[in-house]
Amino acid sequence: MTTKFLDVRDLEVSFATDQGIARVLDKVNFSIGPGEIVGLVGESGCGKTTLARTILGVLPENSARISNGVINFDGEDLLQKSSEELSANIRGRVITFIPQDPFTSFNPVFTIGTQIMELMRWKSPRRDDPQYVNSLGKILNIYPRARYKADYQQVLEQLREVQLPEPEAVLAKYPHEVSGGQRQRLMIAMALLPDPKLIIADEPTTALDVTIQAQILKLLRQLARDRNVAILFTTHDLGTTYEICDRVTVMYAGQEMEAALVDGFFNRPSHPYTKRLLESLPNQEHGIEGIPGDIPSLINAPPGCRFHQRCDYATGECSVSRAASTEIGTDHMVRCYHPVSRPKTQTEAAS
Amino acid sequence: MKLFVLILNRFFWFFPTVLGLMIITFGISHVIPADPVAFLAGDNATNEQIEALRHQLGLDQPLHTQLTNYIFRLFQGDFGVSLYTLRPISDDLSSRLPATLELTLVSVLVSAMIGIPLGVFSAVHRNSALDHFLRIFTVSGLAMASFWFAILLQLLFAMEWNLTPLQGRVESWGPDVVTGFFLIDSIIAWDAEMLWDTVSHMFLPVATLAYPAMATIVRFTRAGVLNAMNSNYVLYEQSMGFPRSVIIWKYVLRNALIGTITQIGLIFGVLIANAVVVEAVFDWPGLGYYAVQSILQSDYNAIMGFTFVVGVIFIIVNLLVDISHGFIDPRESR
Amino acid sequence: MELTRFLIKKLVEDRVALLGVMLIFALFLAAFFAPVIATFPADVAEFHPKNRLLPPDDTFWFGTDRMGSDIYSRVLFGARITITIAIIAIGVSVLVGVPVGLIAGYYHGWFSEMLMRVSDIFLAVPQIVLAIAIAQTLGPSIENIILALSATYWPFWARLVYAETRSIQNETFVEACIALGASPWRIMVLHILPNISSSIIVRTTIGMGGTILTAATLGFLGLGAPAPSPEWGRMISESREFLPMAWWYATVPGIAIFLVVMGFNLLGDGLRDILDPRIRRSVSHDD
Repeated sequence: MTTKFLDVRDLEVSFATDQGIARVLDKVNFSIGPGEIVGLVGESGCGKTTLARTILGVLPENSARISNGVINFDGEDLLQKSSEELSANIRGRVITFIPQDPFTSFNPVFTIGTQIMELMRWKSPRRDDPQYVNSLGKILNIYPRARYKADYQQVLEQLREVQLPEPEAVLAKYPHEVSGGQRQRLMIAMALLPDPKLIIADEPTTALDVTIQAQILKLLRQLARDRNVAILFTTHDLGTTYEICDRVTVMYAGQEMEAALVDGFFNRPSHPYTKRLLESLPNQEHGIEGIPGDIPSLINAPPGCRFHQRCDYATGECSVSRAASTEIGTDHMVRCYHPVSRPKTQTEAAS
Repeated sequence: MKLFVLILNRFFWFFPTVLGLMIITFGISHVIPADPVAFLAGDNATNEQIEALRHQLGLDQPLHTQLTNYIFRLFQGDFGVSLYTLRPISDDLSSRLPATLELTLVSVLVSAMIGIPLGVFSAVHRNSALDHFLRIFTVSGLAMASFWFAILLQLLFAMEWNLTPLQGRVESWGPDVVTGFFLIDSIIAWDAEMLWDTVSHMFLPVATLAYPAMATIVRFTRAGVLNAMNSNYVLYEQSMGFPRSVIIWKYVLRNALIGTITQIGLIFGVLIANAVVVEAVFDWPGLGYYAVQSILQSDYNAIMGFTFVVGVIFIIVNLLVDISHGFIDPRESR
Repeated sequence: MELTRFLIKKLVEDRVALLGVMLIFALFLAAFFAPVIATFPADVAEFHPKNRLLPPDDTFWFGTDRMGSDIYSRVLFGARITITIAIIAIGVSVLVGVPVGLIAGYYHGWFSEMLMRVSDIFLAVPQIVLAIAIAQTLGPSIENIILALSATYWPFWARLVYAETRSIQNETFVEACIALGASPWRIMVLHILPNISSSIIVRTTIGMGGTILTAATLGFLGLGAPAPSPEWGRMISESREFLPMAWWYATVPGIAIFLVVMGFNLLGDGLRDILDPRIRRSVSHDD
């Protein structure tokens, strides 16, 4: 088992809604190793974005509550840190973010350059470098000229690295003046500039044209590999997961079901939900197969495993409690009382 | 380039609108049921004298001729002659315009400088004690009749507590007129006493005008900030650890202000509308006061002149707001 | 109707809007039952000089005015005037403006353009300025105030409905109606109108407040019905020469105006919160 770089244990998050309390994350466990690219897969509403946001610490203050759990990152529990500390030292520095929609994530009335340099002002890797800091400047919060120049050069270089031609020209433009693909490259650049250890990418290609998606993903993967940066990559698209991830965790209705290396996940799925999910991909053999039933409400969630109502293998105990995390192979864990270890045979498929 | 086209476009509609305004004011002034000429001529006039007067005033010509003459004269700035004083109305109006402009501009400034930060605080500290207080304050501001509020202020501050002057613009003759704006003129004349005289006379009228304006500004800023706080760019900036004060006062505010500035045109209109009664209550020698006097004297021409001038000012203000909108929001101009 | 029940339930939950409803209700009660709850109903027209300018006491709850009439009773009767002016003025301007806006919005062509240009010209001037011009020309009376207010308010509705009609027109369900062969009238009245009705309702309510203020201002300027009409704005105007002694004379009618306008504003705000889904507080439904 690789050493865990990010280790989430027993995380419970709930939201207050008009209809009641929605238990969005139910004692979730999740981990990433250093430099690993991990895909967090699931349907809409499964809790993957909430998990990403909880790690970052940007849940809506008024309605979200973290009632339990630990988020160990590089030796420290993020949930024990104050909001100010998270904001100043963790977010945008050690952990960065790539949003789903690059268009609305830029402020429309400021130039791209202004916004990127603002990021550098607060999050540049040179921020605490004594060469650029003097005490007076630190008190008044000015942006030292020397550091600005160095940062600017780094920005230009980073923009070239994400394959944006004419970086100076791009910096002078407004967000609505560049294309969708360019915007997402900018977002990738911004995520890399502070020299982070972990990038959280929330469905980064959903808003892009299909033709550009593959390019962006490959670029991201390449750059992360080069710097040994870990990526937490949420998505509902299994195809992209297969393309660039090292490991995959699948979630359903706020519970993590299975986590494995890509090879084990796609070839030897063990959880009934994972199996159904993979089978629902269009296939020459059996066309398109859905999963009968609906996602349960998170407000009055069924006890035990939340998939049990739609599961072919469910028994009594499944509706009472959840199975503990079980290792069924190298770096392959599943939470199920009835893990299905072998691929479904033709006879079983026919019944 | 796009900006230039924008400005040109807005300008294009300026003239037809003003022309339409002229037609409307002309139309209104000719709906008079009674015969104004007979009224002017007096009770003892004979029919011949009435007809002579009518001919002299040009009121016996067909309507379309009158309309054309009217429009020509307006273009030359001739608003006719006051039916009461028989002096040119354009003189009366131009001498009173600076007083109204000064009052209105100061009120807009005061209400914006106080209202915008209050709106931001209200949104950022939503549902706090300050927010609740501000909501009561703003709702009251929009429900209060300006003339009544003015009278109440006079009652308390001037009459009961003797803190401010009761009315008027200055006690003395005022500073030597350079711009017509007494605040500026007093500074140019380097006269501290005159400056204080001017300022102290502005307290109550500005407070009266600024109150509803501030209420509107606070509301719109609050809504704009709340709206911006829900946006994805704020989420992104938070996720990347931008300091909260930078997010709010630099990035959110700029977006929120776009909405507020668009409303300045609306606010200015409310201000001018209220200025009429406020000037009447405080004896402020501006256009509004003139209008009220003309009402009391049934001076139709003067009222029409006043309506037209106010209309043009309002149209110009909206034009400026439209243009500045193009400057501030890069999505429109590029 | 399902919708009205939902509306009422939501209104009751919003206590501030409820306060508005109660204030408006009080206004109507005062107006309707004025002859009954007034202590000196005859004081609408009569005067008693020996009682002039008395401070509030047990007999004259809000004091008396310069003619010796009981202010409390006059304010109650003034409510009738206020309601009449507001309802008729708004009613007429809506009944004229909404169809104009619908037609101008639905059809494209020079006629629509012209209608909107005319509206724009009216809207180019603050309402009260034009209203003063009209009211003064016609002479001081309640009917003329109503006329002046209506004539200057309808363009607002025309513009509003025009904009909303244009934006709805592009929606697919309108295309569907046309494809099915529905007549323009049918589309405008049965399909477009219901979709913009919530906007109209909200603004009508808030507009009542504004109209009452404008009417009071016209009364204050002497353009309303002449004495001894118990019009609130007029009463405040009369009170000026007797300040600061007769403070009740100016304060009471002003408070009446304030409470009534406040009521409509609060209700309008509450309705807007309910009917406009964008502004409703939403909890982020994250994945």
